[in-house]
Amino acid sequence: MTTYRFTCIVCPLGCAIEVDVEDGKVLEVKGHTCPRGKEWAVQEVTNPKRVVMSVVPVEGGALPTVSVKTAEPVPKEKIPELMQFLAGIKVKAPVKIGDVVAEWEGIKIVATRGA
Amino acid sequence: MEPFPEIPMLSYDVLVIGGGPAGMAAAVRARELGLKVLLLDENDYLGGILPQCIHPGFGLHYFREELTGPEFAARLAKKLIELGVEYRTSARVLEIKNYSDLEKVVIFTSPSGVYQVWTKAVIYAAGARERHAFEIGIVGDRVSGIYTAGEAQTLMDIYGILPGKEIVIVGSGDVGLIMARRFALEGAKVKAVVELMPYPGGLARNVMILKDFNIPLYLGHKVVEVRGKGRVQRVKVVKVDENLNEVPGSEFWIEADTLVISAGLVPAVKNLKKIGVEIDPATGGPVVNDRLETSVPGIFVAGNSLVINDLVDYVAEQGELAAEGAKEFIDNGGIESRKWVKVEKGSNVRLVVPHYLSGERDVYLYLRVAKPMEDVELGIPEIGKRLKLPVVKPAEMIRVKLKAEEIQNADGKLTVEVVKA
Repeated sequence: MTTYRFTCIVCPLGCAIEVDVEDGKVLEVKGHTCPRGKEWAVQEVTNPKRVVMSVVPVEGGALPTVSVKTAEPVPKEKIPELMQFLAGIKVKAPVKIGDVVAEWEGIKIVATRGA
Repeated sequence: MEPFPEIPMLSYDVLVIGGGPAGMAAAVRARELGLKVLLLDENDYLGGILPQCIHPGFGLHYFREELTGPEFAARLAKKLIELGVEYRTSARVLEIKNYSDLEKVVIFTSPSGVYQVWTKAVIYAAGARERHAFEIGIVGDRVSGIYTAGEAQTLMDIYGILPGKEIVIVGSGDVGLIMARRFALEGAKVKAVVELMPYPGGLARNVMILKDFNIPLYLGHKVVEVRGKGRVQRVKVVKVDENLNEVPGSEFWIEADTLVISAGLVPAVKNLKKIGVEIDPATGGPVVNDRLETSVPGIFVAGNSLVINDLVDYVAEQGELAAEGAKEFIDNGGIESRKWVKVEKGSNVRLVVPHYLSGERDVYLYLRVAKPMEDVELGIPEIGKRLKLPVVKPAEMIRVKLKAEEIQNADGKLTVEVVKA
């Protein structure tokens, strides 16, 4: 059995959570003070995900880059792959906040700054 | 009176200095209240530091939705433009002159020339500056590759330039941790985050970042020296004891080409000091009343120029409050109160603003503790106020609402304390 210990990031309380895992199955979650924390902790050990943000170069904009984020959380282990993909894109002005500037494995890459 | 007859003169009710979240929120509110407003910002774009804060986590209180920094800034900028607020970017304030309560002149430079503004009130929302390497006692070679976190962030997230390949970060506050993630995501190796205190300076959710990227965190350590030829090559780290004194023989070197300093912010109030605004040594910002007016009548302050905030939502809220203060000031020729109740710091309270309360309106107190504690009560003994808090940390600003009726019962002063429940 492996015990994972981490700090919950769902809200500012920052509960110290422990998750016992055996053969990829969650046995017990301890230390959480709300159901959202428990759900997050289970996801964190089984399939951790993060919203990823970065910037991509923009041609003809007021600033040289436009900031972007993934429209949904991405599995943590795929983040380096996504960053490689983002490093290869370039967009042209005008870009509006909320524009989908690219798509990667079905996940939309959305502009968070205008250009 | 015409101080500089050769300089073109503009005239406004309120001049807002700073186009970040505090300044934009102030300008929007002042306009909504019917005042003639001009906003100045020295950057060539609005938003202050927000356009480079590309991570999420902004706006949960103010817009009731989680936004990135640029998104938060864009919403305020849109409101500002829709309301027709006049603003000038690339405009740098040289001097504020205080002729009388309702007569102030602000001189600024801009690409189209130098101007002076006659104004009745000033809302100062110029933000903060970052503490730099020399300020935290780092010695050694004056090489390239030493940045503040904000400089590195501007390079990376505005200009698309990675500042280095092997990075040591000083300071584990939210800014340092968020930058650690950005460097790691962009393919740089973050070799260490070095924190002076025995606990991390940032929110727990940001400390998690270090685990995500396997970045070592040295608590109770400090960077004392930088060596390199032309460029940073290595930095010296030393352990400190509980009194923050260096432990002899504990030093070690980390090879790195870049040192990023994220050692906290200081309110940028140089222009206010020059006109005699009283400064609170605990916040580094001005002493203010509950309309966020400084000791110089008609000079208001909001955002990180007032106190270093950890939520942009509070910054925008302070901007609105300052604008309401400016309106009252202009309409009545001053901010009047039957009595001012002084707010004093009690046990484990490092700072608290505002400093003076009128008891004529509800007010938010913003405070920080000196050290982390669990199961505590925030108390104001004079009025029997008690508020239970599960955890308090120096990194997290506490915001408490006081009702006008509660303050009215106070006799001269209120002491805010954080004690074991």
